[in-house]
Formats: sequence, structure tokens, C-alpha cells
Amino acid sequence: MQETVAMSANSDTLRQLVQQAIAEQPSATVTVLSSLLSVQDALGYIPKVALEEVATRSGTSVNDVWGVASFYPNFRFVPPARHSVEVCWGPTCHILGAQQLFQGLMGHLGLEGEGDTADGEFTLKLNTCLGSCPHGPVVSLEHQLAGHMTIDQLKAHLEELQVGAAQPKLNDASHRWDPSP
Amino acid sequence: MTYAFQHLQREATQRWQDLHAQTWVRIGTGLMGDAAGARETVAAMRYDVRHAGLSATVSEVGTWGLCYAEPLVDIVTPGGPRVLYANVGSDRVSELVATHVTTGQPKVEWALASVESDVPGLPRVENLPMMRYQVRIALRNAGHIDPVELLQYVARGGYEGLDKALSDMTGQDVLQEVKDAGLRGRGGAAFSTGTKWGFLAGNPAPQKYMLCNCEEGDPGAFNDKTVLESDPFSLIEGCTIAGYATGASNGVVFVRHGHDAPIQRVRSAIRAAYAAGLLGANILGTDFSFDMEVSLVGESYVAGEETALMEAIEGKRSMPRFRPPFPAAVGVWGKPSNINNIKTLAYVPEIIRQGAEWFTGIGTEKSAGTAIACLSGHITYAGLVEVPFGVTMRQIVEEMGGGTPDGKAIKLVQTGGPLGGMLPSDALDIVLDFDEMAKAGAMFGSGGLIVADETTSVVDLTRNLIAFDQMESCGKCFPCRLGMGHLLEVMERICTGEGRPGDLELMEHVGKDMRAGSLCGHGQLGFNPVASALKAFGDEFRAQMKGHGPIRITPFVGPRSSRRGAQLEEETPTSQVKGDFVAHIQPVARP
Repeated sequence: MQETVAMSANSDTLRQLVQQAIAEQPSATVTVLSSLLSVQDALGYIPKVALEEVATRSGTSVNDVWGVASFYPNFRFVPPARHSVEVCWGPTCHILGAQQLFQGLMGHLGLEGEGDTADGEFTLKLNTCLGSCPHGPVVSLEHQLAGHMTIDQLKAHLEELQVGAAQPKLNDASHRWDPSP
Repeated sequence: MTYAFQHLQREATQRWQDLHAQTWVRIGTGLMGDAAGARETVAAMRYDVRHAGLSATVSEVGTWGLCYAEPLVDIVTPGGPRVLYANVGSDRVSELVATHVTTGQPKVEWALASVESDVPGLPRVENLPMMRYQVRIALRNAGHIDPVELLQYVARGGYEGLDKALSDMTGQDVLQEVKDAGLRGRGGAAFSTGTKWGFLAGNPAPQKYMLCNCEEGDPGAFNDKTVLESDPFSLIEGCTIAGYATGASNGVVFVRHGHDAPIQRVRSAIRAAYAAGLLGANILGTDFSFDMEVSLVGESYVAGEETALMEAIEGKRSMPRFRPPFPAAVGVWGKPSNINNIKTLAYVPEIIRQGAEWFTGIGTEKSAGTAIACLSGHITYAGLVEVPFGVTMRQIVEEMGGGTPDGKAIKLVQTGGPLGGMLPSDALDIVLDFDEMAKAGAMFGSGGLIVADETTSVVDLTRNLIAFDQMESCGKCFPCRLGMGHLLEVMERICTGEGRPGDLELMEHVGKDMRAGSLCGHGQLGFNPVASALKAFGDEFRAQMKGHGPIRITPFVGPRSSRRGAQLEEETPTSQVKGDFVAHIQPVARP
């Protein structure tokens, strides 16, 4: 994974990765924000060199870049843990039990809210809306959506992620909507 | 008709025939399908079809809106019936391939409905409860076509509107047609689209921007993203027509970063449109030119506000600007701009193709056309419905949505997004109509309808909404920044049974100041969730204040981040300006 590359990279390699991410962004109009998003996508976080690189590229100051980066909660500034888990806390997921999921995960992972586990395995995050409300409560595992989630399924999926399954298997009968009254 | 379009249409007809000359399997993926596991269904279907040595096309399409039935698989064999299968997990794929795909005989016991054909023992799709009142305009192609294949869009009437506009109409004619159609903005404000376009058309500047707003940060609303991922060409065509009508030179589609399917699909659709000469210079061989690109924004709800959106496109913090100057005079990059919601623009090709009169014939007198409602929460048939204005909320929630899945009573429907209100169940007879709803103090807003049953605590739900509004306050103006924090603090203590006498009045006081003193709608409407909850469920609040609310409220853990600035591990670069972190960087003059 690219994140692990970034984590083990020395600062020169990191700078190169950042430069590459800034250079290869898909949009024609390049801005501070588009460059930062591109770096976040490529590395999973915004290293300090990225603030410098983006500032240099866009002819602005590090402070100005930091002003943008610190505003949007999807940026993070330390390398992420190996696996990412996001729990939606929008009102739909909320009334369908998102808090029980999130707090169950906090207990399971030994966290007191959002954050990374001490062993560097999981990053736990809340998302304001993952956009798949009909399937609530929704989580995102390694940036792949998974709906109708229960805490037991979620724990099982985390185990699958740890043993290296490419994607957790979501598509079995337990996730199926039951049309019978 | 332009020569170029004639050619394109011929090609599209041929492609459509070719697609139907062999078995065609369509599976809904994207934000809706993926959460139900549709990716695995697609992979299994491709594998099984290949291994059975069958020649069938397997396409990923958008959503029908029948999200409760996802993963939804749609199979049609040459000359055979077209059948939708509900909840097709990968474990059911082999059997479907062995039966319907191979033999052409539908497997009726797993099927949901038939489409455009009759199958004994199956309802037709339009007779499903969820489809009952639907009139599909913005969602006309959703689920029917591969969203990134231009020829499929053209085969279903796509780009006829643009071709008609470019061959037979002046920009002024198009503007008049949209005005006559009574099209009103679908982003929430319901302002006349034709009038709005007129502001931009009246500005003689050579470079003007047509911005398509798909920020859609509202939890509970997913119709913009659905249009974008199910039928991106309808937006691109609508935006191009809008460009023609207003003389705009550039279109920008504005999407929230992280919603991969809509972003990828609109990007590849834009590439396809360029390749076919439907974007860029001399569109369809005429002298009209128009460029489009996608702009991403970080997570920010306020970025959906039109001036904050322009700030974000310019790569800054998404904070609203002062008005005037208005966007039609000074917009993004200092150029005249116009901001439209995705759904609004998705109607435009059909309005031009079928005429204003056709459009005004749908809906009510002052609210022409349809609305897309997103149903989620405690509801049997969750998903999207596109209904003409004039149907009632009760029809949508109880008949189309099927009420609650376990027969519990509906307590309320949360509408209008996180700044919207709550409709108690006895107020559901309200008619869907911009003006009627505004008169009743309800908001349709972005179209999210979150249904909550009797076991839901209104106080807890209100706290969730206020926590969202607090986190999403951009922090530019203090009535909102401090007010939202204050409201959340009070809500938090009410939830934990530590409410103080006078707390409700205190919140009203804060809310009044926020309404008076905030720059944009976020602060002005920030008190709305509390106000509407108090209006309908005041007793529950007061009981909760005294520590004996009817429903137990569990502790709430919210996000750590707020707009007050993230923290680096040790210090922020700002605090290190004099330190060695930035010492070696040469100051760069700001342009």
C-alpha cells in the first residue's frame, strides 16, 4: 500500500511522492486545495513537506496552505494506521444505531473516540455522511462502503482486514433485506 | 438537426440494438449498490458468465432508487422479458446465470418485478409500492444505462435537447423556455432558474462560469450524488445548455471529495463528451464552445453555500463571502458566475426537448415538475423516489416508503437537512409544494426525508443535528461559531438530565441572535432543528429537562475535529513561524 511506502520513506522519497501527487492530479485547475486533496489521496496524510511543496507550487505561504489544510477535517497530518474504519454519524445512521457501533468499536479497539490504535493497526474516524443512507448504519472499511452493519459483523470484518483479505466480504445472506413481514 | 448529431444518433441506435442482440445484465453499483455489496455481485456475475461460455454484456449502472432491494440485478435476454432481481448477493449469482441468463426463463421466486414486459406471477415495476406515484425526469435514465457510455445516453433521447437548442433556438429562446417552464432551483431556495440565468446572461463579460453544485453534505440526502453517478450526461448536457443560454464559457462540477463513484463517473463522462465533440470548441460543429471540469472540495457542509463554494473552487477555506457583489457580477476567480443544483440542471435537457408546456403540466401551479425525495431511517422501502409536486408527505412516507418495517408508529420525519425541521406524524398530510411547505414552516430543502419511529428520542436526534451544525460551522462569523457551540452545550446537558431551568428560553435567545447576526444560512437557520423540535415535541423536552424523559438517551460521542483548526502532533506551522520548520522556506510574494 502507498501509505506504508510513505511511512517508511526517508524525507527525500517523501518529497518526491508529494511532488508526484501534486503533478499528477486529475483536475485541470490546480489550487492549494486540489493539491492537498491529491497528496491526501496518494499518501493518506499531509506531511509537513507537502505544506511546503504546495506553498511553493502555488506561490503562497506555508501559513496560507496550513490555513486551508487545518480547515477540512478529512486531512490528517500523521501517517494513518494500516487499516481505516469510518463510521457514519449522520442522523439516519444515528437513529439506526451508529453510536452503538462506534462506541462498541472504541471498546474493541481500546480507543476513547476517534484516533489510531496503539499498535498502528486501525484508524477509527467518524464521517458526517457517507452518502448511502438507505443502507444505514453505514461504515467505510478501507474506503469501501458497507451497509446494514452490526457490531459483531464489524468486528469480524476487522479481523478479515487484519489477516489480509483484499476486501471484507459483505455480500452474504446476513446483509440481506428480508421482505417477509 | 446538426449533421454531427444526426451521425451520433445513428451510431447510438446501432449500439442500442447491438446491446439488445445478446443478453444484457445490468447491476446497480455506486454509493447505493456498493454499500449493499454490489461490487461482489458484479465480480461474481462476470466470472460466472465467462466460465459458462456465454456471450452476455455485464454493465454497472446507477440506481433505480429501489435501494431496499439492492444489490439489484436487471436481466434481459434477446426477445425475452426484462426482469429485476432483488437482493442478489454473490451467493445467488450462479443460480441466476444457470437459469435466466442461460435459458431466458426468469427465476420468478427471486424476482422483484418485470420491466416493459409481463411475466406471469410478477408485478410490473411501475406497480411496486415504491414506484406508484413516480414520474421520472431527472432520474429518467437511472438504472437503465451504463452511466459513462455516451451512446447509451444518446439512444434514450440524450443530447436531443442540446441539438435542438443549437440548431433552432437562440440563447434568449432557451432562457425564455426555461422561464416559461417555471423551473425552480432544487437546491433548497426554490428560486426561479430562468431569472437566475438572466442575471448572468445580462453580463457581457467574455468569460463566465456555470457552477454545478453537488456538494450535498446534508446527511440524509443523496439525490444529487445519485443523479451524478446514475446519469452524469444529463448534468453535462444541462450545464452545456445553460452555458448556451447565458453565454457562459466554463462549467464546473463541484463534488465532495471521498464520494468516489460520482466523481469517477462524472469525470469519465466529461472525457467522453469531449471526445465526441459535445464539449470543447465548436460543439456539434456550431460556433458554440463550452468547457467543463470537476472541482473537489474537502469535507465541509458550508461549501454548499454559493459563495463558500466559489472560495473552495479557488482552493481556499470554504467560508461564505459578503454580498454584494453578487455572483452574477463577481463570482469564482472574479468572473461572473451562476450556481445551480445538479438536479435543476438535469431537468433542463428534457425541458428543451419536450417543451415548457410539457413541464408545467407536471406538478402544481407554482411548483412545476418533480421532486426527488430520499427515504431513509425507520422505513420499509428505503431509497429514492421522484414524484410530481402535489403528492403528500404521507403518500411518500407511508404508501411509497411502506411505513416502518416493524409496524411501529412513525413519530416524525426529519426534512430539509440538518438545518431543517421535524414534521410530526400528524403533520404528514402536507402537500409537496415549495410555497405550501414554506407557508407551513416546513422545508423540503435538499429532499432528505429521515423517518423516525416512536422509539426515537427527539431530544437525542436534535442533539445529533446540532452537533453536526456545530461541527460544520465554518467559524467565519461569531454568532454562528459561538452560538452553535452554545446550543450544543445546552443540548448536551439536557440529554444527560442536567438541564437547568430557563435552558429552553436561553436556546431561543441564542437562536434569535444567530438568525439576526449570521452571514449565511448556516447560522441563520442553525436554531431551526431545536425550534421545530420544541414546537412539536415541547413536552418531551420539558420531561427530559426534569430528568424523566420518556425515552432513555444513551451517551453520545462526536467527532474530535472542528473548524477551529486541526492540530499537528506537536505544534502547528503557524506557531512555528520563527522555528526551523519554515526557516528555510523563502517567503513568496502573494499574487
